[in-house]
Amino acid sequence: MRRMPSLYGLTFSLPLLAWQLLFFVFPLVFLVALSFWTVKNFTMQPGFDPVNWVTMFARPVFWQAYGTTLALATMAALVTSALALPCAYAVAFKLSPKGQRWAIFLMVIPFFTSYLVRVYSWQIFLSDAGIINVLLGRLGLGPFHLLNTVFATLVGYLTLCLPLVVLLQLFSLIFIDRTLIEAAHNLRCGRLRTVFEVVIPAGRVGLVIAALFAFILSFGDFVSPIYLGGGDPTTLSILITDTTKSGQQWPRAAVIALTMIATLMVVAFAAIRFAYKGRAK
Amino acid sequence: MTRTPALPQGLPRRAFLATGAALLATPMLSRRAFAAPTELTMLAWYGHAEPDVVAEFEAENNVKFVPKYYTGGDNMLGLISQSPPGTFDVILSDAEYVQALNQAGYVEEMDPADYALSDYFPEFQNFPGNWQDGKLFSLVTRFGFLGVAYNTDALTEAEASTYNVYWDPKLTGKVGHFDWHLPNLGQLSLLTGNKAPYDIDEAAFAALQDKTRSLRSQIGGFFDYGGTFSSLNDGQMLAFCGIGDWITGVLEKNGAKVRSVIPQEGGLQWSECFSIGKGSTKADLAKKWVQYITSAKGQAKSAQMAAYPAIVPNQKGWEALQAENPAEAKRQGMTKEAGNAMDMIRAGRIQNRQWPLQQDLGAWNDFWSDYKAS
Repeated sequence: MRRMPSLYGLTFSLPLLAWQLLFFVFPLVFLVALSFWTVKNFTMQPGFDPVNWVTMFARPVFWQAYGTTLALATMAALVTSALALPCAYAVAFKLSPKGQRWAIFLMVIPFFTSYLVRVYSWQIFLSDAGIINVLLGRLGLGPFHLLNTVFATLVGYLTLCLPLVVLLQLFSLIFIDRTLIEAAHNLRCGRLRTVFEVVIPAGRVGLVIAALFAFILSFGDFVSPIYLGGGDPTTLSILITDTTKSGQQWPRAAVIALTMIATLMVVAFAAIRFAYKGRAK
Repeated sequence: MTRTPALPQGLPRRAFLATGAALLATPMLSRRAFAAPTELTMLAWYGHAEPDVVAEFEAENNVKFVPKYYTGGDNMLGLISQSPPGTFDVILSDAEYVQALNQAGYVEEMDPADYALSDYFPEFQNFPGNWQDGKLFSLVTRFGFLGVAYNTDALTEAEASTYNVYWDPKLTGKVGHFDWHLPNLGQLSLLTGNKAPYDIDEAAFAALQDKTRSLRSQIGGFFDYGGTFSSLNDGQMLAFCGIGDWITGVLEKNGAKVRSVIPQEGGLQWSECFSIGKGSTKADLAKKWVQYITSAKGQAKSAQMAAYPAIVPNQKGWEALQAENPAEAKRQGMTKEAGNAMDMIRAGRIQNRQWPLQQDLGAWNDFWSDYKAS
């Protein structure tokens, strides 16, 4: 028989429910309604017209931007995870508890600075006459065209995601049962093989969640594609601004935003399912 | 018993009362100076309510501007349509959006007699869009030209004097677009031979699209206001389509090696107009501001606005600028010398930037999105 929730339980769960309703469910419902409105003379007219869905889904540019954004976010999640793992591994298994605390502190520091400022500062490094090309020039190399490229966009995504992914991976690896690793070593399992066959499977949930966060942050990011990628190629976030800039087409922008939300939900559910696959309940 | 006199010796009671009253009244007399300033809301592009432009007017009229800056005409219309009437006392609008403001009833009618219209160059006294059915709804306050913006180390003025320079192989990946379809497509429309770049039929629009697509491989990026500044300033982009002196002028004044030139195919003109918001409760003060900024003194300030410089339509404003800052007057072509800004307009080398006349605005925007993604 199900018990009625206690007052104590409600006290702690109701604020979360209220928060979700106020800042997720209601805006989402409004966004869905907005996608069926129309725009006349720069003014939005409430109604129920599927024209925005039909128009956006029929435009090749929408699917092109969708494919680009999906590919870039996937690449960002994979590259960030691959670069973060050695760092998280070293902090989790090679540093003393005091060293770990310092490492965590150092990884939190980037969040003290505005992401926009960090991205702008990358322009100084990546431009044709920037710091990287000047240094390479002294070695007789370059100049290489780095800014306003997909590479630069990925650098921006890394700037956004890497500290967070390292932290999430670290919290996953740090709690791995060390006896499993000792057992692997006792069974003559090499260091690298131990990482791939013991450490990564044991920390799978945290590693997948970290990659998922990198995907989510990169998928919706507007700053890096614009200020480091030069707005080329067009991503969904750029397409949203393009759509709202001309003719106040917020309803069409709502269609793009809802498609992004749906994509992120599917990816998140798939990732979590994969992360917990085969684990005991 | 001796009584101590209540008043100092030699100060009669009447004089004491008068002095006391005067002392008590002093705060009242100076009350005007210490009163909280009246807030005047301004909807405008960035820079128009900054101290270099408004400080003098604010001090003289005990006013404090509360700006709401927008990032484009569509954004401006959206902000007005989503705000209750009277939210904005003063509205600055690009000329192509003025008609939309009038039609939607967002601005008050203005009395031409209130403004120094007779000081304006004749071409600007009946400026398109400012008037509707013989009634004045906005007043053009500044304008500028859009041409080829270029890096002076990479290109000579002669090389940059045609839009064809964008296709120069040495500029591959080094041509930037200001990310707005109207100025870019307007310029390329001039290149494809359309004398009226925005009044083109479907065949001409198709030809314009083909020409524009052929430029795609040369393009290094699509930039907003900040991105345009930084990419020109650090030499990342060597030529730019869709802008003019309003950006290169600021950079040039700060030492960057960039400049704009009106090419042989002609240039475009952007214009900004001031209106008084419908339902403003401070319409008199708003009128006073428009009078100030369109006067000779205000026009000289507007021409030198720190955010982005502009040419002004008031002849006496030119004279004030020549007296105040002759170098800037010369740089922007606001002198009596032949080939000045007005001569360029009169020679037919400049066309107004406007909405497309034969296509829907959305068609131009959709093509621009497709072009960017191609």
